[in-house]
Amino acid sequence: MSAITHEHEHDHDHDHKPTGIKRWLFTTNHKDIGTMYLVFALLMFFIGGSMAMVIRLELFQPGMQFVEPQFFNQMTTVHGLIMVFGAVMPAFTGLANWMIPMMIGAPDMALPRMNNWSFWILPFAFLILLLSLFMPGGGPDFGWTFYAPLSTTYSNDSTALFVFSVHIMGISSIMGAINVIVTIWNMRAPGMTWMKMPLFVWTWFITAFLLIMVMPVLAGAVTMVLTDKYFGTSFFDAAGGGDPVLFQHIFWFFGHPEVYIMILPAFGIVSAIIPTFARKPLFGYASMVYATASIAVLSFLVWAHHMFTTGMPVFATLFFMYCTMLIAVPTGVKVFNWVATMWRGAMTFEVPMMFALAFIVLFTIGGFSGLMLAITPADFQYHDTYFVVAHFHYVLVSGAVFSIIAAAYYWLPKWTGYMYDERLGQLHFWCSLISVNLLFFPMHFVGLAGMPRRIPDYALQFADFNAFISVGGFLFGLSQLIFVWVIVKCARGGEKATAQVWEGAEGLEWQVPSPAPYHTFDTPPEVK
Amino acid sequence: MSKTYEKYYVPAQSPWPIVGAVALFCIAFGAGHYVIDMSKQQTGFGGWLLLLGLAILVFMLVGWFRNVIDESMSGLYSSQMDRSFRQGMSWFIVSEVMFFMAFFGALFYGRVIAMEWLGGASNNAMTFAILWPDFQPVWPLVKTPGGIETQAMPAWGLPAINTAILLISSVTLHFAHTGLEQNKRGQLKGMLFVTLLLGVIFLCLQGYEYVHAYRDLGLRLDSGFYGNTFYLLTGFHGLHVTLGALILFFVFLRVLKGHFTPEKHFAFQAGAWYWHFVDVVWVCLFFFVYVL
Repeated sequence: MSAITHEHEHDHDHDHKPTGIKRWLFTTNHKDIGTMYLVFALLMFFIGGSMAMVIRLELFQPGMQFVEPQFFNQMTTVHGLIMVFGAVMPAFTGLANWMIPMMIGAPDMALPRMNNWSFWILPFAFLILLLSLFMPGGGPDFGWTFYAPLSTTYSNDSTALFVFSVHIMGISSIMGAINVIVTIWNMRAPGMTWMKMPLFVWTWFITAFLLIMVMPVLAGAVTMVLTDKYFGTSFFDAAGGGDPVLFQHIFWFFGHPEVYIMILPAFGIVSAIIPTFARKPLFGYASMVYATASIAVLSFLVWAHHMFTTGMPVFATLFFMYCTMLIAVPTGVKVFNWVATMWRGAMTFEVPMMFALAFIVLFTIGGFSGLMLAITPADFQYHDTYFVVAHFHYVLVSGAVFSIIAAAYYWLPKWTGYMYDERLGQLHFWCSLISVNLLFFPMHFVGLAGMPRRIPDYALQFADFNAFISVGGFLFGLSQLIFVWVIVKCARGGEKATAQVWEGAEGLEWQVPSPAPYHTFDTPPEVK
Repeated sequence: MSKTYEKYYVPAQSPWPIVGAVALFCIAFGAGHYVIDMSKQQTGFGGWLLLLGLAILVFMLVGWFRNVIDESMSGLYSSQMDRSFRQGMSWFIVSEVMFFMAFFGALFYGRVIAMEWLGGASNNAMTFAILWPDFQPVWPLVKTPGGIETQAMPAWGLPAINTAILLISSVTLHFAHTGLEQNKRGQLKGMLFVTLLLGVIFLCLQGYEYVHAYRDLGLRLDSGFYGNTFYLLTGFHGLHVTLGALILFFVFLRVLKGHFTPEKHFAFQAGAWYWHFVDVVWVCLFFFVYVL
């Protein structure tokens, strides 16, 4: 058991990998842990995705066809929880694990054992969440935002399981974030100064800070839900002196920075990919760093824009409206810089670049609809309609998820040592691009026309658009099977990848061979 | 081990993380079922699973820390490792601060906004007039809009004594630290012991205060927003004092075994930081929960 006894043999063979199941259960290697995070995120992406398919199936036609309303509610809830905490966040953490030590010239993550712990908590947390669906009375059905009193007075028995599973997810996220932040702070190779760090490292540094600040607040929120439901407290009950709106304040104080937790690493990925395929250095590196930091600061001052219809005083709504709009400025800086990077570049359009380009366009659409939602009086109309669903799926699916897919294509050759199948990849891209817009774009229209979200039935005039949306949804789901095929094919073999992989790629991770050796930097490289 | 270990020590494989994950699974799944069964007044496996999870967690912590202490004592850790540990601990404390912020935030909101609005402030005149016209918006909220009555906990009795105890314990811990730095092992041992003793006294008095609140004041967890914030804030603080005292207890055992040098004593430092942190939380708590 003692780590010391193994140390001697370890010294001799840098690429010695432990074998069998123990390699994965007991590992302290950032690459193994990164791989596990990524595979887990992919699995969760499909589980959460199949729940979305159930939702779209039911909404294909008006009226009730396939599922009970209560089960529909469970599907919308668990779909959201799984996609946020099980797919997008672990995927980014997996990328951080794989890439950050390589990018900054570190031998591994700063706290390797804790790294493994924070991964292995996740499968168990989601096991609890999924098992709660099979409890008598069903699983959580109050939306992923678990607003009180839906989650307190009106929730079903299994709510305690939801609460504790969120608790341990939070523990996992906090430990993961501490690991990232300490690695970046303390483990950079000599010469890797702050303003030389790749933007993916910068964005993750700021993301980790956000995680440490807000995940404990989420823990507080679920704790209050637990005591309100089971122990007779009245945090969210006006009869006892509390206030249901208090829940929304606490939740969104976590929830809005959480939104940036799911997009800042995406900015980092796109800022890595665009320069590579434009064969030009990133335009405005320093402004990118400052923009990321200002988004992070602003993210703590905008939470109540989710709550414009709760009857807040006018002064408060104005404050949150202006702060929200202010975020468009640093975000605009980023979009401008990406476009300026491509200006007069020698561009090629491999799959990672295609997804990154789609990211810029579609994320910007999501950003603009976000600006529309930020306008308080307009939000009174948009609130709780499909317009909101369209908005956050544009930033989360064609934003965060597209960036994760782009990152996977970009770094797959570095991970596996083989090039992926470019033709299949392009097929995957075009199928995803077309279907994602079929899926989410019409949601703007039905939303503006007043179709409420999270309801299993709808008025007849929305029927055509919804049929259209559902077809888009099924196509998008099927398109992702191509992605799995590409990954499996690439892992099994193919054209050998060079160390640099991409002609225009720069950075430490492209100086080590592909696949990257099990222990990358035994002694730190010198960064000039 | 031919060369000196200035290179960063990456531990070989370790079974403890997965054991810890299983422990957390048992704790979360067990606690969930325990709470559900309790609310339905039935018995099930939840409580046992929770206890099993806690036992595995203790087993894991013992094994993991034994590994880490062995590695540390055999000189595998460089000063860079030491910085990693220190930064990790600091960020952990930041996350703990934010956990308390959630409850302090609830307290401020409930007291400054929700209570006033229930009393008709801002644009809520009709809410007040129609729903609970008899409600008096005064803090401490000893009578809820729904009519539950209780009594407030006075600040200038036991709570003030407890504040003094914790503040003194922070000072004694500081002297223990200076003792360690100046290699005065006697001062280190004595002051650390006094700190621990004060922590235990604090916890006992806190327990006594809870009994007094429940039995004599009728101040219960479910007696409205005042009771909610009182018990969750002081309760989570008490749990943190317990954890801090446990850390200091094991640090004390290591001191008795002759561990730690004036230069290298991360575990001591981490325990001390944690202790000062719970102390600061208590001072905020004393003002916002008891005095104001």
